[in-house]
Amino acid sequence: MNQHFTASVDTTDPTHGRPDPSRDVVRLLELKRRFGATAALDGVSLTVRKGEILGIIGRSGAGKSTLIRCLNGLERPDSGEVFIEGREISRLGERDLQPLRRRIGMIFQHFNLLSAKTVEDNVALPLKIEGRPKAERLARAAELLDLVGLSEKAKAYPASLSGGQKQRVGIARALAARPALLLSDEATSALDPETTRSILALLKDINRQLGLTILLITHEMEVIRSIADRVAVIDAGRIVEEGPVWSVFADPRSDITRSLLGAIRPQLPAELAARLAPAAGAETILRVDVAGEAARGPLLSDLAAIVPGPFRLVHGGIDHIQEQPVGTLFLSVPGSDARHLAEVITFLKSRQARVEVLGHVANPV
Amino acid sequence: MSPILFELLLRSIWETVLMTAASGLISLVFGLPLGLALVATDRGGIAESLWVNRALGAVINGFRSVPFIILLVALIPVTRLIVGTSIGTWAAIVPLSIAATPYYARIAEVSLREVDHGLIEAARAMGGNRWTIIREVLVPEALPGIVAGFTVTLVTLIGASAMAGAIGAGGLGDLAIRYGYQRFETSVMIAVVIVLIILVCGIQWAGDRLVARLDRRA
Repeated sequence: MNQHFTASVDTTDPTHGRPDPSRDVVRLLELKRRFGATAALDGVSLTVRKGEILGIIGRSGAGKSTLIRCLNGLERPDSGEVFIEGREISRLGERDLQPLRRRIGMIFQHFNLLSAKTVEDNVALPLKIEGRPKAERLARAAELLDLVGLSEKAKAYPASLSGGQKQRVGIARALAARPALLLSDEATSALDPETTRSILALLKDINRQLGLTILLITHEMEVIRSIADRVAVIDAGRIVEEGPVWSVFADPRSDITRSLLGAIRPQLPAELAARLAPAAGAETILRVDVAGEAARGPLLSDLAAIVPGPFRLVHGGIDHIQEQPVGTLFLSVPGSDARHLAEVITFLKSRQARVEVLGHVANPV
Repeated sequence: MSPILFELLLRSIWETVLMTAASGLISLVFGLPLGLALVATDRGGIAESLWVNRALGAVINGFRSVPFIILLVALIPVTRLIVGTSIGTWAAIVPLSIAATPYYARIAEVSLREVDHGLIEAARAMGGNRWTIIREVLVPEALPGIVAGFTVTLVTLIGASAMAGAIGAGGLGDLAIRYGYQRFETSVMIAVVIVLIILVCGIQWAGDRLVARLDRRA
């Protein structure tokens, strides 16, 4: 594997360096939780830093829900430690957890709004639980409904709202008590793609405007890609990969990450992929992955200038994730000249690109 | 129908209404907390205690399995202790309440159990305690079912109060048996049946109206 990506993962991954406790809103150490014979969490260590959006992605049953519920004490780990703003909470009793939970907002896949209360009463409920006076509760609810763009629905009941509106109310409610951390449990999984985008944009806005730390779990890479700063991939109760989103997207290390990325990663067009054969043919197809600095340079023109001989770009492009270029190029190189092919690969690798020989095609494409 | 019988009919209506209303109210006051206790102490409940849950369940089932006419007689010492007499309308309210309370507790339990667990989790995540969950989530969310169940209980009580004639409580059922059946006063029988139909329909209508007003789920 390539040095460049490894280095960038390490410098930004707090669990590999010495953590700065003042910046960590959440710190998990070796969290374990079993349900019968299955280990939902099998030694999870993770840090969420102040002001960031950390996305945890995994398939259903990977342990995501158990993990997020350990953060506000809805679930108790069998062993390991959970630090919230520097305080270990995994062994606190229900009574001590209650004030802590008021520092943590949570939004849910199925919104979990109270059907018997109006929108404003739903939003104001965390403040009612805190024992704030009614005037203050309603003023804060109005302020938050304005923030999420639902002021005119204050007196409506949740049943009359669309899914996206319900989640906006859920977000407003989660922010009511001015939490230090927002937990998002598959908050967009029940929404259509367009509504998902608007909810994610709202979360990103809140993260920027209020500096609110957000931890979200999801099974959709699109969600991670559009709002997360860092991503942790969980599988069978373990974190298998962690790092800045752009770098994990550019260079997924584990099979599970690759499979979760699925269609998001550029693929060779199907009709071309079908013609690939392992035996040497007229042309050799290369997959070239570049990211960060490597993708900013004049890679292809340098290749043309420095390595004599033809090559063709058959598919691919450069994408931008977190303002970092992340690209995949599919190149076709004549298969007759083995030395030329080796030079092309050597040059690309010298420019921090990852190169994979996908196969050969008998006739030029 | 003679004026005397008419007056008797009016008195019987009042006795039935009194018995139904009083024992209905008592079953609401005791049955709802019992239903809450059943849900809260059950597995995964907000105050899980399977031991308490089973004990409560057994007592409730015990009372519910005794036929009302037996309960009416068996509870005479208790009635005498509470009301001071074992005969009359007020005396009948004691066994009626004792029979209706576990009945209503089970009905309330069903409604409370149907409250989405996610809502309870949301309230816990907000830092709510058990009392908050009961007051802000369980009862308001289950309220349509709680009211509908109370309507059913009231109608059942009207039926049960007919048997209370056995301990001299009077009421419409008693009137129908003694005059309508035993003295062949067909007009009394018909009048009683019509009044009962009106009572039951009235209660059901009012209950349904209230449920429709309370239900915000759709």
